[in-house]
Amino acid sequence: MNMEKKIATRQSYGEALAELGEKNENVVVLDADLSSATKTNIFAKKFPERFIDVGIAEQNLMGISAGLSTCNKIPYASTFAVFAAGRAYDQIRNSICYPNLNVKICATHAGVTVGEDGATHQMLEDLSLMRTLPNMTVISPSDDTQTKWVIEEISKFHGPVYVRLSRLSTPVIYDEKQKFEIGKAIQHGDGTDATIFATGVTVSEALIAQEELKKKSINVRVIDIHTIKPIDKELIIKCAKETKRLITVEDHSIIGGLGSAVCEVLSEEYPAKVERMGVKDTFGKSGKAEELLKYFKIDSNAIIEKFV
Amino acid sequence: MKITKIEALENIANDIRIDVIEQVYSAQSGHPGGALSCADILAVLYFNQMNIDPKKPDSQERDRFVLSKGHCSTALYAVLARKGYFSRELLKDFRKIGSNMQGHPDMNKVPGVDMTTGSLGQGLSASVGMALASKMNSAGYRVYCLVGDGEIEEGQIWEAAMSASKNKLDNICLIVDHNHLQIDGNVENVAGLMDIKEKFESFGFYALTVDGNNIESLIHAFDTVKQKKGMPSVIIAETVKGKGVSFMENDASWHGKAPNEEQYKQAINELKLKYIE
Repeated sequence: MNMEKKIATRQSYGEALAELGEKNENVVVLDADLSSATKTNIFAKKFPERFIDVGIAEQNLMGISAGLSTCNKIPYASTFAVFAAGRAYDQIRNSICYPNLNVKICATHAGVTVGEDGATHQMLEDLSLMRTLPNMTVISPSDDTQTKWVIEEISKFHGPVYVRLSRLSTPVIYDEKQKFEIGKAIQHGDGTDATIFATGVTVSEALIAQEELKKKSINVRVIDIHTIKPIDKELIIKCAKETKRLITVEDHSIIGGLGSAVCEVLSEEYPAKVERMGVKDTFGKSGKAEELLKYFKIDSNAIIEKFV
Repeated sequence: MKITKIEALENIANDIRIDVIEQVYSAQSGHPGGALSCADILAVLYFNQMNIDPKKPDSQERDRFVLSKGHCSTALYAVLARKGYFSRELLKDFRKIGSNMQGHPDMNKVPGVDMTTGSLGQGLSASVGMALASKMNSAGYRVYCLVGDGEIEEGQIWEAAMSASKNKLDNICLIVDHNHLQIDGNVENVAGLMDIKEKFESFGFYALTVDGNNIESLIHAFDTVKQKKGMPSVIIAETVKGKGVSFMENDASWHGKAPNEEQYKQAINELKLKYIE
């Protein structure tokens, strides 16, 4: 993991889109007046004829994307996570997921790491809302390399996808040689004292904790669950069998997200105690992203404290 | 005696109305009122206006139709069957388990359905997407979208209207089935719609008001809006909810209920008398 080089996954998204635009002329990008924040403006500059800004109208954003997809376009629809999964939930449900249309929803500014904007803009329920929808694939990438892979990979198969992206700059975890596969989580280390299941921005936090704990002779493994749905059941069960403790950590409500998804797998396949770290059934608040990770006890220190 | 082209279309609209009643009666469920009000519009679109081929329901060049008021699925299924997209026999299974004829139209289950609809207010946005794709590909096809007057109380309709106008989508023709009634009563009393034509004009639409239960007026309106360049069009079709069945006309209670056996027989008898020979 490169602690020096930090990139927000929204930035990786914008760059990846511009590259994908070259490779696939069916790719069109839509935004709802947030293109400078979601970074779709990088694509817009390069391919203005394939960029549609619908204005502050997220329901319409999803509907237009649905219509474009019925005519063989591959729409990437972007806005903040709270306005995508929240405000336009019914449009995603009825106009995209039910007809199983090929719309790629790439939502930035997920979680408390939005920072200063506070609770109204900090989406903590999107993994929950999106993974409950039939036909939907849900991906929450953890770094620059993985995000760039995801953005191209999802153009290669038919069906709706929700990609959860972040505003906060986070360390680059993977080098270009790393192989990724949708639905296959990535194991870091093979410690048996505990498994830390993480996703998105909390993966780097878990990896920092892993290093610190090693110094105290506590050996944990970290599982980067980039695909929330379909989730990597096999690896979750394997970890439950091989390690003494199971912890999930996410920049999301503890209800319905990664923690719940892991518990669903284990309760049916290999019952085990799971400790869920995340936002505990409250709304977010204003502050700096790093301060909020600390406040809501989902940073590396909070993970370390679980062991001391 | 040989009938005219207009009379032939009037007979098709009557076929649709009979099949609406048959489906709703057979399922003992469905929405006859709004399906009957839009039967003439569908007859004109599918048998006079749209560039479509039932043998090629997925052709990329075809004109599109989005039934945004998806609860009037019986009228759409009836016109699609009449046009030859599938057997009329399938209508008997409307809303029944195991059937593809879902309560609201499903594009993956029924040939000829261009967009899955049901949750009101969403069809115009999808139509904008289709019309944008037509422009991007210089494909030249047109997109027709039918909404209910109650439906345009949904805010998303106006988001989509803004987009249609901003993008100069002259390949979109929106039709408002203005039958004046929604479930809870008159659209004026329920939500205060006021002047629909003025509203769409202020959103940059070319707007026409026509008798939506008159085949000749509808043909003229569709022909007229086709010539309009640089802006989307809307046809406000003044219709009668429940049109063609005396006891269903102008009665909001027939929005979403099925007739009993006696009512069914009367409805079919009334409609059969309307055929022009």
